[in-house]
Amino acid sequence: MHMLEVVDIYKSYGSCEVLKGLSFTVDKDETKVIIGTSGTGKSTLLKCINQLDPPDKGEVWLEGEDITNPSIDLNRIRQKIGFVFQDFNLFNHLTALQNVSIGLEKVKKIEKENAREKALEELRRVGLEKQSCQYPAQLSGGQKQRVGIARALAMDPAIILFDEPTSALDPELIGDVLDVMKNLAGKVAMLIVTHEMGFARNVADEIIFMEGGTIIESGPPEQMFNNPKKERTRQFLGRISTLYGKE
Amino acid sequence: MILLGINSIINNIPFLLEGLGVTIALTVVSVTLATVFGILLAMGRCYTRQPLPFLIYIYEKVFRGLPLLIIFFLVYFGLSQQGIHIKAFYAAVTGLVLHSTAYQIQIFRSAILAIPEGQQTAAMSLGMSKPKTIFYIILPQVLRLSIPGWSNEFTILLKDTSIAFSIGVVELMARGDAINSMNPSGILHVLLFIALLYFILVFSINKGLNYLEKRYRLSGYEVTAVQ
Repeated sequence: MHMLEVVDIYKSYGSCEVLKGLSFTVDKDETKVIIGTSGTGKSTLLKCINQLDPPDKGEVWLEGEDITNPSIDLNRIRQKIGFVFQDFNLFNHLTALQNVSIGLEKVKKIEKENAREKALEELRRVGLEKQSCQYPAQLSGGQKQRVGIARALAMDPAIILFDEPTSALDPELIGDVLDVMKNLAGKVAMLIVTHEMGFARNVADEIIFMEGGTIIESGPPEQMFNNPKKERTRQFLGRISTLYGKE
Repeated sequence: MILLGINSIINNIPFLLEGLGVTIALTVVSVTLATVFGILLAMGRCYTRQPLPFLIYIYEKVFRGLPLLIIFFLVYFGLSQQGIHIKAFYAAVTGLVLHSTAYQIQIFRSAILAIPEGQQTAAMSLGMSKPKTIFYIILPQVLRLSIPGWSNEFTILLKDTSIAFSIGVVELMARGDAINSMNPSGILHVLLFIALLYFILVFSINKGLNYLEKRYRLSGYEVTAVQ
């Protein structure tokens, strides 16, 4: 049984078909990276997985449960799927610590003391225990995103979905966030949409190349970067390497 | 002349203060109810399915389009003619609440709309139910954002209580009027004194709410609003 199994999902907005029959799996503690040009449905795919925007057709299975089944309790399911947003979406009125602990307190109903303790532990994990009392507006972009990651981690999710977690950050801050993610690799399942090719290459167990709402090709980083099977993959990655240099 | 006026005030201070008490009671009861209804109906407009938002919209339009005096008269004299007799004080509360709620819906609704969509998305992705999201994530931010508009409405309502005089509520204005009819020569000074009392009340409410606004302002909140 796979941790996450996406089976042939379709999603349209009006007459615009964004996802056209995608299937893939993510196993326990596996890191998969989704790459592809903007507007190919990568973010939509993530929202279809945690049912923030359910797919029109197809199934999503999480730990052996069909979570696209309409009778399922989504609030229970979403606790198991962490989500890290491109624009952070920290709760503006809560401190870093409260941002991390609120899910534990109000959703998991953990006692306040214990929740705060666990939250502080997660902040320490992302290197922000000193900032625990600061509000989001007092944090830098990179710090905000690390709080976002801590918030997702605190819920002990089966998998964390990352939606372009570093694309709103400057290069120096990107490094801080990627380091945190790198440390998580192999400890929790991650599905990451990113344009950070160096990161994808070093950290991913598998890279999925998406375009036009379908998966063009997927495989281990070595194969994808050095020996892609599809011409389109070669073009895309070739262009990326000329832009960013080969690693 | 001046002495007569001042005498008129001094002799009647307890009498006037009783009126002031009624004014304050009228304000506190009405503003509390109107705030609760304002928040609930604003959420109703933003978060529920038709036809509720449309009905709230109609209510809002109607009661923002009527002079308070008409509302008072309708509630007090109009209902009375239909056999529904409400004490003047409660009629005034009803009128003020009907009127102020319509304005407060707008205040809270604009604050709700100012909260970025992502706040709700993030809460949902943690597995929070909608009611919890509203209660723990949206509402605390909405209340902070509403303080300036709400304090405006609060002081308007306080001043509007003077119109309750017209349906016979014995509040500050009515007490002043009673004094003046017994001693017309003091009218200017008594009215000025009443004006001063209103002013002091409004001024201290504004000061108090200013403090509240500063106290609960999130440092850099403005920044995230731009984000």
